[in-house]
Amino acid sequence: MIGSLATTELLGLGPEIFGLFVAFGFMVGVFFGFFGMGGSFLVTPALLILGYPAPVAIGSSMAFVFGTAAIATMKHHDAGQVDYKLGALMFVGITVGIELGSRLVFGLEVLGIANVVVGVAYVLLLAAIGVLFTRSALDTEDDDTDADGDENDGVDDGSGDVDDESADDEVPAIARKIQSYEIPPMMTLADGSRASLWTISGVGGGVGLVSGFLGVGGGFVRMPAIYYVIGTSLAAAVGTSLFGGLMSGAVGAFTYGRAGVIDLGIVTALLVGSALGARIGSSATAYVDEEDVTIYFGLMLLVASAAVGIGELSAWLAMPILDRLSFVLLIGSALLVCTMILYHGALAVRRTRGVPGSAQRGE
Amino acid sequence: MTGAGLLAGASPSVQALAVIGIVLLEAIALYVGYGAVEKTVGPAVLDRLANGR
Repeated sequence: MIGSLATTELLGLGPEIFGLFVAFGFMVGVFFGFFGMGGSFLVTPALLILGYPAPVAIGSSMAFVFGTAAIATMKHHDAGQVDYKLGALMFVGITVGIELGSRLVFGLEVLGIANVVVGVAYVLLLAAIGVLFTRSALDTEDDDTDADGDENDGVDDGSGDVDDESADDEVPAIARKIQSYEIPPMMTLADGSRASLWTISGVGGGVGLVSGFLGVGGGFVRMPAIYYVIGTSLAAAVGTSLFGGLMSGAVGAFTYGRAGVIDLGIVTALLVGSALGARIGSSATAYVDEEDVTIYFGLMLLVASAAVGIGELSAWLAMPILDRLSFVLLIGSALLVCTMILYHGALAVRRTRGVPGSAQRGE
Repeated sequence: MTGAGLLAGASPSVQALAVIGIVLLEAIALYVGYGAVEKTVGPAVLDRLANGR
């Protein structure tokens, strides 16, 4: 009896590994809820490093992306931050892009260079987006130094509602430039801004291509693409990106589900953690000034890029120690950024809701 | 456990749809369940954070 209890499995996983996935899912969920991205580019490499076959890692990751995006979309829906029209307009592009991306991978596989090309693409893409986020965060810090000294824009006023009008109205200059080219048909988005259907389809197709090519949900490309290319508010970009993740996750899960490689035990454990993490991460957006943690997220992407690169090196050089280093870097950087979000969230709650005598914002 | 373990003998498409359906049901259950937990203990947690105790 005791022996059977000790070997009890949860959906095919031992209790320890199930718990590990719950904890890992929690971190991923915090990123998903807070930034609208950060799921599969952590999950897939982690599963690969843990020794799961690539189809199981990618398929389970896509199913997890679907589930966690569904949860976060419900949360952002409640906050009115999802532009469903924009998401629906992107769907066709996403689906076509995923199909093209997967065909590209199979073509490279025939040539025997798929692993090398995908690995290098992963490293470059994560590094590029990491640099973009880090530079954006550093530029914002410089702007704040030049501004009038009010360091608390975007922090809530104590009622739980975000005072983020200035942040929401801020559409990047590059997006305004792209919007100025009125190529018909022009579509009116939920926030009243206008974008060409070609731009929207191009973003959807491009993100789908990356998803299909790299076997990821694509949120780390989709959210910046919506924000910087289509030009929505940051909150709408986050919410709509999650909705896009739901769609691409469903398409990917169906594709891999047909091959019978999705491990429901892994997906369930990750979801149990990420559902809680996404709720906390999404709630934290109402308290934490995103500028406080964006730089950490940018740096995490840079470290993740290095980790994936080291993982590739490990395979080429047949040095398992590099695999461990890659895993530690990946998990360690994610843990650090997750902790920073929770820490800043706790500080912001104390500032905005604290008892008299505690630190008051702007005073 | 995979889709094949759930619905042995069913077509691959049905197995894939079953997996997606289960994941969606799990997602909804977790969203609702954690939502209830948040409503119940959320204010107390925020108070503890705010007061530093």
